[in-house]
Amino acid sequence: MKLRTGLLAAVAAAAIAVAAPVQAKEFKFAFQGDLSSLDPHSLNESFLLGTLGNIYEGLVLYDENMQVIPGLAESWKTVNPTTWEFKLRKGVKFHGGQDFTADDVIFTWQRAGSKGSDQKTRAGKIKNITKVDDYTILVETPAPNPILVRDLNFLYIMDKEWSEANGTTNATSATGDDKGNFANLNANGTGPFMVKSNQADVKTVMVRNENYWKDIPSNVTQIDFTPIKEAATRVAALVSGELDLVYPVPVQDWQRLEESDGVKPLAGPEARTIFFGMDQSRDELLYSNIKGKNPFKDIKVRQAMAHALNLDAIKQKVMRNAATPAGLMVAPQINGFNEALNLPYPYDPEKAKALLAEAGYPDGFEVTIDCPNNRYVNDEKICQAAASMWAKVGVKVNVLAQPKSKYFGKVLETGGYDTSFYLLGWTPGTMDSENVLSSLIACQNKETKRGLFNLGNYCNPKIDELSAAVGSETDQDKRNAMISEAFDILKNEYGYLPIHQQPLSWGVSDRVTVNQRADNVLDYRYVVVK
Amino acid sequence: MISFVFKRLLQSIVVMLTVALIAFSMFRYVGDPVNNMVGQDTTDEERAALTEQLGLNDPFIVQYGRFVLNAIQGDFGTSYKYRRPVSELILERLSATLELSFVSAILALGIGIPCGVYTALRSKGALSRSIMTLSLVGVSLPTFLIGILLILLFGVILRWLPTFGRGDVVDVFGWWTTGFLTISGLKSLILPSITLALFQMTLIMRLVRAEMLEVLRTDFVKFAKARGLPDRAVHFKHALKNTLVPVITITGLQLGSLIAFAIITESVFQWPGMGLLFVQAIADVDIPIMAAYLVLIAFFFVVINMVVDILYYAVDPRLRADSDS
Repeated sequence: MKLRTGLLAAVAAAAIAVAAPVQAKEFKFAFQGDLSSLDPHSLNESFLLGTLGNIYEGLVLYDENMQVIPGLAESWKTVNPTTWEFKLRKGVKFHGGQDFTADDVIFTWQRAGSKGSDQKTRAGKIKNITKVDDYTILVETPAPNPILVRDLNFLYIMDKEWSEANGTTNATSATGDDKGNFANLNANGTGPFMVKSNQADVKTVMVRNENYWKDIPSNVTQIDFTPIKEAATRVAALVSGELDLVYPVPVQDWQRLEESDGVKPLAGPEARTIFFGMDQSRDELLYSNIKGKNPFKDIKVRQAMAHALNLDAIKQKVMRNAATPAGLMVAPQINGFNEALNLPYPYDPEKAKALLAEAGYPDGFEVTIDCPNNRYVNDEKICQAAASMWAKVGVKVNVLAQPKSKYFGKVLETGGYDTSFYLLGWTPGTMDSENVLSSLIACQNKETKRGLFNLGNYCNPKIDELSAAVGSETDQDKRNAMISEAFDILKNEYGYLPIHQQPLSWGVSDRVTVNQRADNVLDYRYVVVK
Repeated sequence: MISFVFKRLLQSIVVMLTVALIAFSMFRYVGDPVNNMVGQDTTDEERAALTEQLGLNDPFIVQYGRFVLNAIQGDFGTSYKYRRPVSELILERLSATLELSFVSAILALGIGIPCGVYTALRSKGALSRSIMTLSLVGVSLPTFLIGILLILLFGVILRWLPTFGRGDVVDVFGWWTTGFLTISGLKSLILPSITLALFQMTLIMRLVRAEMLEVLRTDFVKFAKARGLPDRAVHFKHALKNTLVPVITITGLQLGSLIAFAIITESVFQWPGMGLLFVQAIADVDIPIMAAYLVLIAFFFVVINMVVDILYYAVDPRLRADSDS
């Protein structure tokens, strides 16, 4: 017995001696939401995809400044306008030890287009993939698509062999009717971290993949993620030193973090633009005291609404100086952003009053604005502040603030666009203006799936034309010129009222350095623990 | 007796059906679950298919009937969000809630009863007065605030105890996880269990005190004293014993509410129990989880109430006389 313990101790000591050079570095963080699935094709949502991006990888990656860099593809080029050739990286292994090859890419593309997948739009951008050899593929698109690679960042590659062996060749559907499948609860990617344990909504533990194909700045060996819904608890856990990073942090807690030892707030502009939209298609507004006509169809009214807004006051009072007032529907990080067009509509209440009188509303009018109250930073407060500004020029705006499930149920297509006036935020997943043009600004068209998030149906045939052209133009300069032209028309027509880019708000311990990506994604590759 | 139990059972079934109906119908109006399940790129047809697949297009009564039939078989469907059976999710969380409630109940009883007895016996003492004043804090401060204050003091300022979570847990019997066997698990229990126990503790204390004062005034206590029995025997053998009858009843019911009202404590401390699951389900409009939780809690209460009623009936002859006449 004694001998055995002695032996054990010796083995243990040896094990420690071997393991000693790699010192365990743990990183613990909390986010307000949780990972609802481990299946990379089940839900198109930024926290889920951002987290899984450390476990799975796409053919390309985003670097710390959201520039596209080679991922599982080493290089790519266009063979002709609708065909791309990708050279795949050799020697990459999945966590389970399987080799990464062209078959996995083709399998992934098929899986992403399968019944339950929420990545169908991304899969749909590809018409066909042909395997040239194990490490070369030809990707065909239905039409020339200059931004194809950007969509591939979030299309995570799964192993064909593993998926087939575990019966998960279809994506875990978002219906809740099926029981989910193996990939819902297990992961096998190529990324720098591997899932060690995952209890939904409670804790997810990830450990470093020592065989990762690339050198990364991170020295972390284990990552513990806990979802903490209560903001106060989240901040307390950071200040008490139990966690290294929490997000989001309520804007009003920044000062507290600055005053506490060992922690600091980490803020930056998010690539999300918050804006007001107006119903410009119905002949009579659903929620207004004006009957028989729609005031928002009159450009003078839209101008008045824009000039009545004091964006600086919203920035200072509501956002504690943490937001960047905007004049464009895209943030600076987005391709197609044009500094010259980003100047907000000037604040001029007198002009607004005059415009209203000219438009035939000298005494103003009344309208209800729909506003979420738990989706964007201070969303409800922004609506209230804006409502008081509009009141000063005579427009009485009633704020209807609701939780996001109710709100989206009402204003989106599923609710029949049941709104006259609303607040919304948008980050294009491709980081390209094309997404904003085709989803928010193009005329509503259910056939072509364009303008489906253009809730007020602002419609201008010229922009419609431009936005379609932007989707297939491959000459980058020409393309950006068309984007700017479209945004210029929109701006002159006061189609939307942009408010600001909201801040990213994280709290970090001095013990760690992280990279804060503009799409609010925490990339573990850049997490360094002191 | 049999007819009484039968009647009582029937009542319970009606109550359960009503709760199921309320739970079910209420959640029909919380929000559109489809919106929470799909991403922004999901098409119209997919949404429609999803609605159909979830049975949201069926008539109300059909959906309700389906719900009850499945619930009886322990099948609360699949969580919209996690795509896993709800019964499985609840079972995973059951241990956390039960352990927390158990420790809180022990705290509430272990501190509440002695304090109640003490304050009744020494009602004029300085210590009694301060306990009574403190107990006011326990009843009047909301649980949320107590939790945050404890976190602030013991977690953030003193840094003695963890501010969230359950610490390390150990698997026992394969399906039950316990925090009782690890240091971090035990440390994590302290703040939430105090938070959860505080209200019950003061309630029990005040109840014991009031009952005890009442009993101390009765004739048989006076006779016992007159017979020259020592104070200790009078207080603990005669008085306390009689005090405990209503206290046990209340405690039985309070145990149910400890489990049910752990919701707030669990969300403040991110305690991974059923309450937290429920709160998060509300945010995600995950109807199967919400409905299952409400029905389960109602079931706890109904069972406890029924047992208490039947025990009363067995113990108190007066009730029997009433129902016979």
